[in-house]
Amino acid sequence: MKKNQNVTIKGTKDGLTLHLDDSCSYGELKKELDRKLSENSRSDEDRLLSVRVQVGNRYLTKEQQEELKELIRQKKNLIVESISSNVITKEEAEKQKEENEVVSVAKVIRSGQVLETAGDLLLIGDVNPGGTVMAGGNIFIMGALKGIAHAGCHGNNEAVVVASLMKPSQIRISNFINRAPDNDQDEEKREMECAYIDENDQITVDRLQVLMHLRPNITRLQGGS
Amino acid sequence: MGEAIVITSGKGGVGKTTTSANVGTALALQGKRVCLVDTDIGLRNLDVVMGLENRIIYDLVDVVEGRCKIHQAVVKDKRFEDLLYLLPAAQTSDKTAVTPEQMKKLVDELKQDYDYIVIDCPAGIEQGYKNAVAGADKAIVVTTPEVSAVRDADRIIGLLEKEENVEAPKLIINRIRSHMMKNGDMLDVDEITAHLSIDLIGIVADDDEVIKASNHGEPIALNPNSKASVSYRNIARRILGEAVPLQPLEEESKGVFSKLKKFFGVK
Repeated sequence: MKKNQNVTIKGTKDGLTLHLDDSCSYGELKKELDRKLSENSRSDEDRLLSVRVQVGNRYLTKEQQEELKELIRQKKNLIVESISSNVITKEEAEKQKEENEVVSVAKVIRSGQVLETAGDLLLIGDVNPGGTVMAGGNIFIMGALKGIAHAGCHGNNEAVVVASLMKPSQIRISNFINRAPDNDQDEEKREMECAYIDENDQITVDRLQVLMHLRPNITRLQGGS
Repeated sequence: MGEAIVITSGKGGVGKTTTSANVGTALALQGKRVCLVDTDIGLRNLDVVMGLENRIIYDLVDVVEGRCKIHQAVVKDKRFEDLLYLLPAAQTSDKTAVTPEQMKKLVDELKQDYDYIVIDCPAGIEQGYKNAVAGADKAIVVTTPEVSAVRDADRIIGLLEKEENVEAPKLIINRIRSHMMKNGDMLDVDEITAHLSIDLIGIVADDDEVIKASNHGEPIALNPNSKASVSYRNIARRILGEAVPLQPLEEESKGVFSKLKKFFGVK
Protein backbone atom coordinates (compact mmCIF):
# COMPACT_ATOMS: atom_id res chain seq x y z
CA MET A 1 0.00 0.00 0.00
CA LYS A 2 2.92 2.37 0.65
CA LYS A 3 6.02 2.95 -1.40
CA ASN A 4 8.90 3.04 1.01
CA GLN A 5 9.00 2.89 4.71
CA ASN A 6 10.03 6.09 6.30
CA VAL A 7 11.21 4.46 9.47
CA THR A 8 13.42 1.40 9.55
CA ILE A 9 14.89 -0.28 12.58
CA LYS A 10 18.15 -2.11 12.28
CA GLY A 11 19.98 -4.12 14.84
CA THR A 12 23.72 -4.12 14.79
CA LYS A 13 26.22 -5.52 17.20
CA ASP A 14 26.49 -2.08 18.79
CA GLY A 15 22.77 -1.85 19.42
CA LEU A 16 19.72 -0.58 17.58
CA THR A 17 19.78 2.03 14.90
CA LEU A 18 16.69 3.90 13.79
CA HIS A 19 16.92 5.16 10.23
CA LEU A 20 14.52 7.98 9.57
CA ASP A 21 13.97 8.84 5.92
CA ASP A 22 14.69 12.42 4.93
CA SER A 23 12.27 12.78 1.98
CA CYS A 24 8.96 12.83 3.86
CA SER A 25 7.61 15.65 5.95
CA TYR A 26 8.43 15.93 9.63
CA GLY A 27 4.78 15.43 10.59
CA GLU A 28 4.53 12.28 8.54
CA LEU A 29 7.72 11.00 10.03
CA LYS A 30 6.49 11.54 13.54
CA LYS A 31 3.24 9.76 12.84
CA GLU A 32 4.96 6.76 11.33
CA LEU A 33 7.52 6.59 14.07
CA ASP A 34 4.76 6.57 16.60
CA ARG A 35 2.93 3.78 14.77
CA LYS A 36 6.03 1.72 14.19
CA LEU A 37 7.09 1.83 17.78
CA SER A 38 3.64 0.87 18.98
CA GLU A 39 3.56 -2.16 16.64
CA ASN A 40 6.48 -4.17 17.85
CA SER A 41 5.78 -4.14 21.47
CA ARG A 42 8.69 -4.94 23.71
CA SER A 43 6.82 -4.25 26.88
CA ASP A 44 7.71 -7.65 28.28
CA GLU A 45 11.32 -6.58 28.49
CA ASP A 46 12.11 -4.08 31.15
CA ARG A 47 15.76 -3.71 30.29
CA LEU A 48 16.61 -0.29 28.89
CA LEU A 49 17.99 -0.36 25.38
CA SER A 50 20.00 2.39 23.81
CA VAL A 51 19.32 3.39 20.26
CA ARG A 52 21.04 5.58 17.74
CA VAL A 53 18.98 7.71 15.42
CA GLN A 54 20.11 8.54 11.90
CA VAL A 55 18.12 11.20 10.12
CA GLY A 56 20.02 11.39 6.83
CA ASN A 57 19.93 14.75 5.08
CA ARG A 58 17.25 16.21 7.31
CA TYR A 59 17.99 19.18 9.52
CA LEU A 60 16.39 18.95 12.95
CA THR A 61 16.10 21.93 15.24
CA LYS A 62 16.88 21.56 18.92
CA GLU A 63 13.14 21.40 19.68
CA GLN A 64 12.51 18.73 17.06
CA GLN A 65 15.38 16.65 18.39
CA GLU A 66 13.92 16.83 21.87
CA GLU A 67 10.51 15.92 20.53
CA LEU A 68 11.80 12.81 18.79
CA LYS A 69 13.79 11.76 21.84
CA GLU A 70 10.71 12.16 23.96
CA LEU A 71 8.58 10.20 21.52
CA ILE A 72 11.00 7.28 21.37
CA ARG A 73 11.49 7.23 25.09
CA GLN A 74 7.79 7.17 25.82
CA LYS A 75 7.00 4.27 23.56
CA LYS A 76 9.52 1.72 24.59
CA ASN A 77 12.31 1.12 26.98
CA LEU A 78 14.48 2.88 24.52
CA ILE A 79 17.02 5.54 25.30
CA VAL A 80 18.27 7.75 22.52
CA GLU A 81 22.02 7.67 22.57
CA SER A 82 22.60 10.08 19.73
CA ILE A 83 20.90 11.76 16.82
CA SER A 84 23.10 12.17 13.82
CA SER A 85 22.36 14.15 10.73
CA ASN A 86 24.33 14.83 7.58
CA VAL A 87 23.45 18.51 7.63
CA ILE A 88 24.33 21.38 9.94
CA THR A 89 23.43 25.05 9.73
CA LYS A 90 25.82 27.64 8.39
CA GLU A 91 26.08 29.07 11.89
CA GLU A 92 27.13 25.75 13.36
CA ALA A 93 29.59 25.23 10.51
CA GLU A 94 31.15 28.61 11.14
CA LYS A 95 31.41 27.91 14.84
CA GLN A 96 33.04 24.57 14.14
CA LYS A 97 35.46 26.22 11.76
CA GLU A 98 36.31 28.88 14.34
CA GLU A 99 36.88 26.27 17.00
CA ASN A 100 39.21 24.34 14.76
CA GLU A 101 41.29 27.09 13.29
CA VAL A 102 44.52 28.57 14.59
CA VAL A 103 44.17 32.33 14.90
CA SER A 104 47.48 34.14 14.65
CA VAL A 105 47.95 37.51 16.32
CA ALA A 106 51.06 39.72 16.22
CA LYS A 107 50.75 41.91 19.31
CA VAL A 108 52.06 42.55 22.78
CA ILE A 109 49.29 41.81 25.29
CA ARG A 110 49.87 44.46 27.93
CA SER A 111 48.63 44.87 31.48
CA GLY A 112 44.85 45.11 31.54
CA GLN A 113 44.35 43.72 28.04
CA VAL A 114 42.47 40.49 27.31
CA LEU A 115 42.75 38.57 24.06
CA GLU A 116 40.25 35.77 23.45
CA THR A 117 39.86 33.34 20.56
CA ALA A 118 37.41 30.49 20.00
CA GLY A 119 39.97 28.03 18.65
CA ASP A 120 43.73 27.80 18.97
CA LEU A 121 45.73 30.97 19.49
CA LEU A 122 49.13 31.65 18.00
CA LEU A 123 50.51 34.80 19.58
CA ILE A 124 53.54 36.36 17.96
CA GLY A 125 54.58 38.63 20.82
CA ASP A 126 54.60 38.71 24.61
CA VAL A 127 51.97 38.50 27.30
CA ASN A 128 53.10 41.03 29.89
CA PRO A 129 52.23 40.78 33.59
CA GLY A 130 48.58 41.74 34.11
CA GLY A 131 47.68 40.76 30.54
CA THR A 132 45.48 37.75 29.74
CA VAL A 133 45.14 35.45 26.75
CA MET A 134 42.23 33.02 26.50
CA ALA A 135 41.45 30.38 23.91
CA GLY A 136 38.86 27.65 23.47
CA GLY A 137 41.71 25.48 22.26
CA ASN A 138 45.47 25.53 22.66
CA ILE A 139 47.64 28.60 23.19
CA PHE A 140 51.00 28.93 21.46
CA ILE A 141 53.09 31.95 22.41
CA MET A 142 56.16 32.80 20.34
CA GLY A 143 57.30 35.39 22.90
CA ALA A 144 57.40 35.55 26.66
CA LEU A 145 54.41 34.53 28.76
CA LYS A 146 54.52 36.63 31.93
CA GLY A 147 50.80 37.19 32.44
CA ILE A 148 47.87 34.79 32.49
CA ALA A 149 47.11 32.17 29.85
CA HIS A 150 43.82 30.26 29.89
CA ALA A 151 43.64 27.39 27.39
CA GLY A 152 40.54 25.26 26.80
CA CYS A 153 38.51 27.95 28.51
CA HIS A 154 35.19 26.32 27.60
CA GLY A 155 36.17 23.12 29.37
CA ASN A 156 38.71 21.29 27.23
CA ASN A 157 41.09 19.37 29.48
CA GLU A 158 43.22 18.32 26.53
CA ALA A 159 44.26 21.91 25.77
CA VAL A 160 47.87 22.98 26.27
CA VAL A 161 49.82 26.21 26.69
CA VAL A 162 53.14 26.53 24.92
CA ALA A 163 55.53 29.47 25.28
CA SER A 164 59.06 30.36 24.20
CA LEU A 165 59.63 31.85 27.63
CA MET A 166 57.42 30.36 30.33
CA LYS A 167 57.20 32.78 33.26
CA PRO A 168 53.44 33.03 33.78
CA SER A 169 51.78 34.57 36.79
CA GLN A 170 49.03 31.99 36.31
CA ILE A 171 48.21 29.18 33.95
CA ARG A 172 44.65 28.01 33.59
CA ILE A 173 43.56 25.01 31.57
CA SER A 174 39.83 24.24 31.42
CA ASN A 175 38.89 24.79 35.07
CA PHE A 176 42.26 23.99 36.59
CA ILE A 177 44.49 26.76 37.87
CA ASN A 178 48.17 26.80 38.66
CA ARG A 179 50.22 29.78 39.70
CA ALA A 180 53.87 30.61 39.87
CA PRO A 181 55.54 29.75 43.18
CA ASP A 182 55.75 32.74 45.51
CA ASN A 183 59.52 32.55 45.87
CA ASP A 184 60.05 32.61 42.16
CA GLN A 185 63.68 33.61 42.28
CA ASP A 186 64.92 30.60 40.36
CA GLU A 187 67.33 31.58 37.68
CA GLU A 188 66.24 28.71 35.49
CA LYS A 189 65.83 29.58 31.87
CA ARG A 190 62.27 28.27 31.37
CA GLU A 191 62.56 28.40 27.64
CA MET A 192 60.51 26.41 25.12
CA GLU A 193 58.08 24.84 27.56
CA CYS A 194 54.53 23.62 27.59
CA ALA A 195 51.84 23.23 30.24
CA TYR A 196 49.18 20.52 30.26
CA ILE A 197 46.92 18.63 32.65
CA ASP A 198 48.58 15.37 33.68
CA GLU A 199 46.93 12.12 34.76
CA ASN A 200 46.71 13.39 38.37
CA ASP A 201 44.68 16.41 37.29
CA GLN A 202 47.59 18.73 37.95
CA ILE A 203 48.87 21.36 35.59
CA THR A 204 52.40 20.30 34.75
CA VAL A 205 55.09 22.29 32.96
CA ASP A 206 57.61 20.41 30.87
CA ARG A 207 59.77 20.67 27.75
CA LEU A 208 57.56 21.17 24.75
CA GLN A 209 58.89 18.02 23.04
CA VAL A 210 56.81 15.84 25.40
CA LEU A 211 53.61 17.03 23.71
CA MET A 212 54.25 14.89 20.67
CA HIS A 213 53.50 11.83 22.84
CA LEU A 214 51.00 13.35 25.25
CA ARG A 215 48.82 15.24 22.79
CA PRO A 216 49.21 13.63 19.38
CA ASN A 217 46.00 15.38 18.28
CA ILE A 218 47.85 18.66 18.01
CA THR A 219 49.34 17.34 14.80
CA ARG A 220 46.94 18.23 12.03
CA LEU A 221 49.13 17.21 9.14
CA GLN A 222 47.62 14.29 7.25
CA GLY A 223 49.92 11.75 5.69
CA GLY A 224 53.55 12.64 5.19
CA SER A 225 56.22 10.79 7.07
CA MET B 1 51.25 73.79 12.36
CA GLY B 2 52.70 72.53 15.64
CA GLU B 3 52.84 69.14 17.23
CA ALA B 4 51.21 68.08 20.49
CA ILE B 5 53.08 65.70 22.80
CA VAL B 6 51.38 64.21 25.85
CA ILE B 7 53.58 63.22 28.81
CA THR B 8 51.91 60.39 30.70
CA SER B 9 52.72 57.43 32.96
CA GLY B 10 49.66 55.87 34.56
CA LYS B 11 51.30 55.78 37.98
CA GLY B 12 51.63 58.94 40.02
CA GLY B 13 54.86 60.37 41.33
CA VAL B 14 57.19 59.12 38.63
CA GLY B 15 57.97 62.61 37.35
CA LYS B 16 55.43 63.52 34.67
CA THR B 17 55.23 67.15 35.69
CA THR B 18 59.01 67.52 36.11
CA THR B 19 59.52 65.89 32.74
CA SER B 20 56.90 68.14 31.09
CA ALA B 21 58.51 71.26 32.55
CA ASN B 22 62.02 70.28 31.55
CA VAL B 23 61.28 68.87 28.11
CA GLY B 24 59.27 72.02 27.38
CA THR B 25 62.09 74.25 28.64
CA ALA B 26 64.70 72.28 26.70
CA LEU B 27 62.65 72.60 23.51
CA ALA B 28 62.45 76.37 24.08
CA LEU B 29 66.23 76.42 24.58
CA GLN B 30 66.46 74.90 21.11
CA GLY B 31 64.57 77.91 19.82
CA LYS B 32 61.14 76.38 19.46
CA ARG B 33 57.92 78.11 20.47
CA VAL B 34 56.47 75.92 23.18
CA CYS B 35 53.21 75.93 25.13
CA LEU B 36 53.00 73.76 28.23
CA VAL B 37 49.46 72.63 29.04
CA ASP B 38 48.63 71.38 32.51
CA THR B 39 45.60 69.05 32.34
CA ASP B 40 45.73 68.04 35.99
CA ILE B 41 42.62 70.03 36.84
CA GLY B 42 42.12 70.31 40.57
CA LEU B 43 45.69 69.29 41.42
CA ARG B 44 47.78 71.57 39.27
CA ASN B 45 51.56 71.57 39.82
CA LEU B 46 53.20 72.51 36.58
CA ASP B 47 52.88 76.24 37.35
CA VAL B 48 54.70 75.72 40.65
CA VAL B 49 57.52 73.73 39.08
CA MET B 50 57.87 76.42 36.42
CA GLY B 51 57.76 79.17 39.03
CA LEU B 52 54.82 80.86 37.32
CA GLU B 53 52.17 80.30 39.97
CA ASN B 54 51.66 83.90 40.98
CA ARG B 55 51.16 85.15 37.42
CA ILE B 56 48.09 83.04 36.69
CA ILE B 57 44.98 85.07 35.88
CA TYR B 58 42.84 82.74 33.80
CA ASP B 59 43.10 78.97 33.41
CA LEU B 60 42.25 76.13 31.06
CA VAL B 61 38.65 75.80 32.27
CA ASP B 62 38.11 79.55 31.72
CA VAL B 63 39.24 79.14 28.12
CA VAL B 64 37.08 76.08 27.50
CA GLU B 65 34.02 77.74 28.97
CA GLY B 66 34.61 80.88 26.94
CA ARG B 67 35.33 83.27 29.81
CA CYS B 68 38.55 84.38 28.12
CA LYS B 69 40.64 83.95 24.99
CA ILE B 70 43.59 81.53 24.90
CA HIS B 71 46.17 84.34 24.64
CA GLN B 72 44.77 85.87 27.81
CA ALA B 73 45.13 82.63 29.76
CA VAL B 74 48.62 81.56 28.70
CA VAL B 75 51.37 82.73 31.05
CA LYS B 76 54.60 83.82 29.40
CA ASP B 77 57.89 82.61 30.87
CA LYS B 78 60.02 85.76 31.21
CA ARG B 79 63.27 83.77 31.11
CA PHE B 80 62.65 83.32 27.40
CA GLU B 81 62.08 85.82 24.66
CA ASP B 82 58.59 84.89 23.44
CA LEU B 83 59.30 81.15 23.31
CA LEU B 84 57.88 79.43 26.39
CA TYR B 85 54.29 79.68 27.62
CA LEU B 86 52.13 77.83 30.12
CA LEU B 87 48.41 77.20 30.01
CA PRO B 88 47.65 76.40 33.65
CA ALA B 89 44.96 74.02 34.88
CA ALA B 90 42.13 75.22 37.08
CA GLN B 91 42.53 74.49 40.75
CA THR B 92 38.90 75.00 41.75
CA SER B 93 37.07 72.50 39.52
CA ASP B 94 37.78 68.83 38.78
CA LYS B 95 38.57 66.66 35.76
CA THR B 96 34.94 66.48 34.64
CA ALA B 97 34.91 70.23 33.94
CA VAL B 98 36.41 69.50 30.51
CA THR B 99 35.51 66.93 27.86
CA PRO B 100 37.96 65.24 25.46
CA GLU B 101 36.26 67.03 22.52
CA GLN B 102 36.84 70.43 24.14
CA MET B 103 40.47 69.52 24.84
CA LYS B 104 41.01 68.46 21.25
CA LYS B 105 39.60 71.74 19.99
CA LEU B 106 41.79 73.67 22.39
CA VAL B 107 44.97 71.83 21.44
CA ASP B 108 44.19 72.19 17.73
CA GLU B 109 43.88 75.92 18.26
CA LEU B 110 47.19 76.07 20.16
CA LYS B 111 48.89 74.15 17.35
CA GLN B 112 48.33 77.16 15.09
CA ASP B 113 50.51 79.38 17.27
CA TYR B 114 53.19 77.09 18.71
CA ASP B 115 55.74 74.59 17.42
CA TYR B 116 55.25 72.21 20.32
CA ILE B 117 52.40 71.71 22.76
CA VAL B 118 53.61 69.72 25.76
CA ILE B 119 50.63 68.28 27.63
CA ASP B 120 51.15 67.25 31.25
CA CYS B 121 48.78 64.36 31.96
CA PRO B 122 47.37 63.57 35.41
CA ALA B 123 47.95 60.15 36.99
CA GLY B 124 45.35 57.47 36.38
CA ILE B 125 43.47 56.24 33.33
CA GLU B 126 40.16 58.02 33.83
CA GLN B 127 38.68 61.26 32.56
CA GLY B 128 41.84 63.30 33.15
CA TYR B 129 43.92 60.90 31.08
CA LYS B 130 41.31 60.85 28.32
CA ASN B 131 41.29 64.65 28.21
CA ALA B 132 45.07 64.85 28.04
CA VAL B 133 45.35 62.33 25.21
CA ALA B 134 42.44 63.65 23.13
CA GLY B 135 44.40 66.30 21.27
CA ALA B 136 47.85 64.67 21.25
CA ASP B 137 49.79 63.60 18.16
CA LYS B 138 52.63 61.96 20.04
CA ALA B 139 53.04 60.45 23.47
CA ILE B 140 55.92 60.04 25.86
CA VAL B 141 55.54 57.50 28.66
CA VAL B 142 57.55 58.20 31.82
CA THR B 143 58.47 55.36 34.13
CA THR B 144 60.95 54.69 36.92
CA PRO B 145 62.97 51.47 37.30
CA GLU B 146 60.39 50.04 39.70
CA VAL B 147 58.16 47.06 38.98
CA SER B 148 54.97 48.93 39.89
CA ALA B 149 55.77 51.90 37.66
CA VAL B 150 56.71 49.62 34.76
CA ARG B 151 53.45 47.70 35.21
CA ASP B 152 51.42 50.90 34.98
CA ALA B 153 53.48 52.09 32.03
CA ASP B 154 52.62 48.83 30.28
CA ARG B 155 48.94 49.44 30.92
CA ILE B 156 49.09 53.01 29.65
CA ILE B 157 51.01 51.97 26.51
CA GLY B 158 48.24 49.47 25.82
CA LEU B 159 45.68 52.27 26.06
CA LEU B 160 47.76 54.65 23.95
CA GLU B 161 48.10 52.06 21.20
CA LYS B 162 44.31 52.12 20.88
CA GLU B 163 44.26 55.89 20.29
CA GLU B 164 44.12 56.46 16.57
CA ASN B 165 45.45 60.01 16.61
CA VAL B 166 48.53 59.21 18.71
CA GLU B 167 51.76 57.84 17.20
CA ALA B 168 53.55 54.87 18.82
CA PRO B 169 54.61 56.14 22.28
CA LYS B 170 58.24 56.72 23.31
CA LEU B 171 59.74 55.89 26.70
CA ILE B 172 61.63 57.92 29.29
CA ILE B 173 63.14 56.05 32.22
CA ASN B 174 63.38 58.53 35.07
CA ARG B 175 65.16 58.51 38.46
CA ILE B 176 67.80 55.97 37.58
CA ARG B 177 70.17 55.09 40.42
CA SER B 178 73.15 53.67 38.62
CA HIS B 179 74.64 51.85 41.61
CA MET B 180 71.37 50.00 42.26
CA MET B 181 71.02 49.09 38.62
CA LYS B 182 74.60 47.83 38.54
CA ASN B 183 74.01 45.63 41.59
CA GLY B 184 70.84 44.25 40.04
CA ASP B 185 68.64 45.73 42.79
CA MET B 186 66.72 47.73 40.21
CA LEU B 187 65.41 46.80 36.78
CA ASP B 188 67.97 47.87 34.22
CA VAL B 189 67.37 49.99 31.14
CA ASP B 190 67.55 47.12 28.66
CA GLU B 191 65.21 44.98 30.72
CA ILE B 192 62.57 47.71 30.88
CA THR B 193 62.82 48.59 27.21
CA ALA B 194 62.60 44.93 26.17
CA HIS B 195 59.65 44.36 28.47
CA LEU B 196 57.65 47.35 27.27
CA SER B 197 58.83 46.89 23.66
CA ILE B 198 58.68 50.57 22.70
CA ASP B 199 61.46 52.97 21.67
CA LEU B 200 63.51 54.65 24.37
CA ILE B 201 63.80 58.41 23.96
CA GLY B 202 65.84 59.16 27.07
CA ILE B 203 67.05 58.20 30.51
CA VAL B 204 67.36 60.58 33.45
CA ALA B 205 69.47 59.88 36.51
CA ASP B 206 68.11 60.42 40.01
CA ASP B 207 69.54 63.79 40.97
CA ASP B 208 68.96 65.88 44.12
CA GLU B 209 69.43 69.01 42.00
CA VAL B 210 66.17 68.25 40.16
CA ILE B 211 64.16 68.45 43.38
CA LYS B 212 66.02 71.56 44.50
CA ALA B 213 65.40 73.27 41.19
CA SER B 214 61.70 72.32 41.19
CA ASN B 215 61.28 73.79 44.65
CA HIS B 216 62.77 77.05 43.40
CA GLY B 217 60.45 77.12 40.42
CA GLU B 218 63.40 76.89 38.12
CA PRO B 219 63.43 73.87 35.75
CA ILE B 220 66.72 72.00 35.97
CA ALA B 221 67.06 72.14 32.18
CA LEU B 222 68.07 75.79 32.57
CA ASN B 223 71.17 74.80 34.55
CA PRO B 224 73.75 73.51 32.02
CA ASN B 225 76.02 72.01 34.71
CA SER B 226 73.61 69.38 35.93
CA LYS B 227 73.59 65.86 34.59
CA ALA B 228 69.81 65.67 34.56
CA SER B 229 69.72 68.90 32.60
CA VAL B 230 71.86 67.35 29.86
CA SER B 231 69.50 64.37 29.81
CA TYR B 232 66.48 66.63 29.27
CA ARG B 233 68.26 68.65 26.62
CA ASN B 234 69.17 65.42 24.83
CA ILE B 235 65.54 64.30 24.96
CA ALA B 236 64.51 67.61 23.36
CA ARG B 237 67.10 67.12 20.62
CA ARG B 238 65.80 63.60 20.00
CA ILE B 239 62.25 64.98 19.74
CA LEU B 240 63.56 67.35 17.09
CA GLY B 241 64.87 64.34 15.18
CA GLU B 242 68.57 64.41 16.08
CA ALA B 243 70.33 61.13 16.81
CA VAL B 244 71.92 61.63 20.23
CA PRO B 245 73.52 58.67 22.01
CA LEU B 246 72.51 57.91 25.62
CA GLN B 247 74.89 59.32 28.22
CA PRO B 248 76.76 56.91 30.47
CA LEU B 249 75.22 56.34 33.89
CA GLU B 250 78.36 56.22 36.08
CA GLU B 251 79.04 59.43 37.98
CA GLU B 252 82.51 58.76 39.40
CA SER B 253 84.49 59.23 36.20
CA LYS B 254 85.59 62.82 35.64
CA GLY B 255 86.99 63.33 32.17
CA VAL B 256 84.99 63.13 28.97
CA PHE B 257 87.41 60.59 27.59
CA SER B 258 87.06 58.15 30.47
CA LYS B 259 83.30 58.56 30.35
CA LEU B 260 83.31 57.65 26.69
CA LYS B 261 85.58 54.71 27.37
CA LYS B 262 83.21 53.46 30.04
CA PHE B 263 80.24 53.84 27.73
CA PHE B 264 81.75 51.78 24.95
CA GLY B 265 83.63 49.42 27.22
CA VAL B 266 82.54 46.32 29.06
CA LYS B 267 79.24 46.64 30.86
